[in-house]
Amino acid sequence: MPLLRERGQRQVFCGLAGIVWLHRKIQDAFFLVVGSRTCAHLLQSAAGVMIFAEPRFATAILQDRDLAGMADCNDELDRVVAELLARRPDIGTLFLVGSCPSEVIKLDLDTAAERLSRNQQGRVRILAYSGSGIETTFTQGEDTCLTALVREMPAADAPALLVVGTLPDIVEDQFCRLFDAIGIAPVHFLPPRRASELPPVGAGTRVLAAQPFVGDTVAALAERGATLIEAPYPFGVEGTRAWLGAAAAAFDIPDARVQDVCAAPMARAERGLARYREQLAGKRISFLPDSQLEIPLGRFLARECGMQLVEVAVPYLDRRMLGPELALLPAPERLSEGQDVEAQLDRLRADRPDLTVCGLGLANPLEAEGLTTKWSIELVFSPVHGFDQAPDLAELFARPLNRRARLAF
Amino acid sequence: MQLTVWTYEGPPHMGAMRIAASMRDVHCVLHAPQGDTYADLLFTMIARNAKRPPVTYTSFQARDLGGDTAGLVQRTLRETVERFRPQALLVGEACTAELIQDQPGALAEGMDLGIPVVPLELPAYTRKENWGAAETFFSLVRALLRGRPLPERGQGAPKANLLGPTALGFRCRDDITEVTKLLGSLGIEVNVVAPAGASPADLLRLPEADFNVCLYPEIAHETCAWLERMFKQPWTRIVPIGVGATVDFLREAAALAGVDPAPALAAAQTRLPWYSRSVDSTYLTGKRVFIFGDATHAIAAARVATEELAFDVVGLGTYSREFTRELRAAAEQYGLEPLITDDYLEVEARVLELAPELVLGTQMERHIAKRAGIPCAVISAPVHVQDFPARYAPQMGFEGANVLFDTWVHPLMMGLEEHLITMFREDIEFHDEAAPSHLGPAATRGGAETRATAPADDAPADVSDEELIWDMDAERELRKIPFFVRGKARRNTERYARESGVATITIETLYDAKAHFGR
Repeated sequence: MPLLRERGQRQVFCGLAGIVWLHRKIQDAFFLVVGSRTCAHLLQSAAGVMIFAEPRFATAILQDRDLAGMADCNDELDRVVAELLARRPDIGTLFLVGSCPSEVIKLDLDTAAERLSRNQQGRVRILAYSGSGIETTFTQGEDTCLTALVREMPAADAPALLVVGTLPDIVEDQFCRLFDAIGIAPVHFLPPRRASELPPVGAGTRVLAAQPFVGDTVAALAERGATLIEAPYPFGVEGTRAWLGAAAAAFDIPDARVQDVCAAPMARAERGLARYREQLAGKRISFLPDSQLEIPLGRFLARECGMQLVEVAVPYLDRRMLGPELALLPAPERLSEGQDVEAQLDRLRADRPDLTVCGLGLANPLEAEGLTTKWSIELVFSPVHGFDQAPDLAELFARPLNRRARLAF
Repeated sequence: MQLTVWTYEGPPHMGAMRIAASMRDVHCVLHAPQGDTYADLLFTMIARNAKRPPVTYTSFQARDLGGDTAGLVQRTLRETVERFRPQALLVGEACTAELIQDQPGALAEGMDLGIPVVPLELPAYTRKENWGAAETFFSLVRALLRGRPLPERGQGAPKANLLGPTALGFRCRDDITEVTKLLGSLGIEVNVVAPAGASPADLLRLPEADFNVCLYPEIAHETCAWLERMFKQPWTRIVPIGVGATVDFLREAAALAGVDPAPALAAAQTRLPWYSRSVDSTYLTGKRVFIFGDATHAIAAARVATEELAFDVVGLGTYSREFTRELRAAAEQYGLEPLITDDYLEVEARVLELAPELVLGTQMERHIAKRAGIPCAVISAPVHVQDFPARYAPQMGFEGANVLFDTWVHPLMMGLEEHLITMFREDIEFHDEAAPSHLGPAATRGGAETRATAPADDAPADVSDEELIWDMDAERELRKIPFFVRGKARRNTERYARESGVATITIETLYDAKAHFGR
C-alpha cells in the first residue's frame, strides 16, 4: 500500500491530553504537569467544563526565575510537590508529567521522581513520564504513562494474560467474563483501576494490546520478559473475534472453544450492527490523523459496515503494532502518515467524503463548509471495544449522518 | 514554580490569537510546538465559531530542534501569506518557542512580505492572556496608524468607536449590541467596533471618531490612552454594567459628544429596579456575597450587588494585576481587604474563610463553590461553553441589568423554602443537605457540611482556635442554624468567645455572640 508522508502544521493534541481520561481510570493517582501556563490552559480547556470539587491533576507552572538555573528548578519542584501532598494526603501515586518547556530546558523529571520518592519514604510513589507535544501525539501520552508504570510492576514468571491500554470499566468486565469462559486465567489489565494494585510481569506474561498506541509500553514489557500476542484490535465483531482467538492460541486453547464462547455475543452484535450497516454502507469516509485508532476503525467501518475509505491518515505509523490491522485493511484511496493540515484540507475539499473524522478544532469549520464530521476524540472517551459495543461504535459514525438528515434547517 | 490547579488566564499568545480571531483579514503566525493547536478549540467549540481562527502554527517537534527551526518559521510565514493573503500579519511565539529564541518577528520583518508585519513580544513566563491581547491590539493599531494626520471632525452626528470586545470575551457579542443601542439613544453613531469584526482597513478609520468608548479596559485601555495622545480622542472611563453605571455612562458619553442625556435617560427602561424593590426580594437584603473576576466585571458587580440588590459584599478580588489600583479603590469603598491574586488556591482559601451565601465569580469559582456547597453565578471570564449562550444575554446596559438580576438570584434558595427550612429541619425531602428544590433533583448540597465544619471554618483560622472547645449541646444548637449562615455563626461565636475569654462554648455563648453581632 503506497504511503503518503507529510510534514507541516499538525492539528493534533499533545500527550498531556491523555491525563483527561487517565485521571479517571486510575483513581488513586494524581497528575502534576511540569510546564507552562499553556499546559495548564490546555488541561482546563479540555477538562474544565466539568466542575471539580477535588481535581486530580494540576500544573507546576515554570516562572521566569525557574528558567535561570537548574538547581533552583529542582528545589522549586520539591517545594511544589510537598505543598501538593500536604493538601492532598490521599494521593497514592503521583505522576510528574513532562511538557515541551520542561523537555527543552532539560529538567530531569526521572531523577526528580526518584529523589522525591526517596524523600517520601514509601508513603507516595512518584513517577515521571513525558506528555510533551514535541515528543508525543495525543494518545501517545497514555503510552508514556504506562511505560513509566511497567518499571514498578512486581515480577512473576507464572503464565498470565496482560491486557494493555485503557478500557472503560464495563468493557473490561465484559472481557473478563469472555476470557474466563474461554479458559484463560489469570487476566490482568494495565492500567489498573488503582495504581496501588499493579499487575505482575515476567517470562510467562503474554501481552494483548487493546489499543494500537501502546507500542512503547509493549516494548518495556518485553524487556521484562513478556511476549506480545500479535492481533488486530477488538473493534467490531471481526476484530474482537480475532483478538480473543489470538489470545486463546497463545494459551494453546483450541479455536473451537473460542467459537463456542463467542457464537452468541457475535450473533447479537451482528443483529445490532445490521441497522447501522444500512445507514453506513456505500458512504465515503476520510480520517484525519489524531489517535492511531484510524486504521483499526477504518478496517471495521469498511469490512463490517460497508463504508468506502477515502483517505486514512495516522499521526505516525507503528508497523509492528499495526501489522495485523494493515493486513486486513481494504486499500483506501490514500494512506497518509504525518500531516500538513492545509494541504490535507485541500484534498479533503476535493474528495468531499460523506463523513470526515477529525478533531474539534476542525469539526465545526468543516460542518460550516457543508462537510459532515465525526469528532474523533469521542472515540477515545466512549466504550467502543468488544462485541457488545460494536453496534455502539457504528452508531457513533451513523449519528452525525442521521442528524444531518433530520435537521430541517 | 507555581502550583496551579486552575488558571484564570491562558498564556499571552492566547491573547494574540483572540485579537486575530476577532478581526477580519488579519492572520497570526505562531512559532509553537505540535499540540499548541488545542487553542483553536476554544474558538470552534467554546465560542462555537464556524471558521477556524486565522492562526498558523509552525508545529515543531523534537526532531526539528536539532535542525533549522528558523527555516521552518520562514517557510511557514511564506506559505501562510501566499495562502491566506491577509491585510496584516501578526507574528509571535508560544512559551516553548520563547526558549529556543528564533526571533520569528524579526525574521518576518526581514522577508519583505509586502504587507504590514507586526512582531509581537509576548513574555510567556511573566505575562498572561489579557496582557497579550491588550499588547497585540495596541501594537497593531500603532503599527497601522503611526504618523497619520489628524482627520477633520465635527460634521454630522457625533461618532464613537467601541474598543475592547474580542472573541472569547465574556458576553462581548451582546454587549456590543446593547451599547450601540445606548449610544443610539443619545444620537451618537458607532464609527468602528474593534477588534471584534474589524479589518485593518477599519482600524485606519479609528481617528475619525469624536471619542472612544473603552468597553473592556483589560483589552483596550492602552490603545485608548495612545489614541488620546496621538489623535486627541477622549475616552469613557465608566463601564455600563448595572443600572447605576449605565446611567452614569450615558451622562459621560453625552458630555463627550456634547449632547443632552435627559431625553435618553427619561426614555430608559429596565426591570431590575422594580424587581429588586418588590417584596419578593426583601429576603435578599444583606445576603453575604463574595465577588471575584477580571477587574472590570468584579468592580461593576460589587456596585450592582450593594446599590441595586442590597447584598453585603464580604469579599472582592481580581486576577487582573494590571488593574490593581482600581480594584483596591473599589474594595476600600466597601471597607474590604482586596484580594489581588491569580492563585486559585488563595481564592479558595478566602471563600472558605468568609463562608459567603453567594459567590459571583468565574468558571473557576464554580469549582470552589461546589466544594464548599455555596450557590454561585458567573460574572466574568474565564467561562465555559454554557456562558456563550444562543439567546441575547448582555451584561451591559439596561437589558444587561435584567440579565444580571435573573442570573444572580437564580442559584439562591427561594424565600418560602428558606423560611421553612429554618423552621423545620428534619423534613425528608426539604432538608439541610438538599439543594434549593427549584434547581431540580440532580442538584445536591454535598459540600454544605464542609462549609459548616472543617475545613471551611477550621483551615484558615487563628492558632487560638485550638484552645476553644464546643460543648455537645452548643454544637447541636449550631446545627439548627440554617446552612447558609452557619459558617458565619460558628466564626462569630468563636471570635466572641476569644474576645471575652470563654474557653468552652455553650449554648449561652452562642446566643451571647448572636446578640453581640446581630445576624
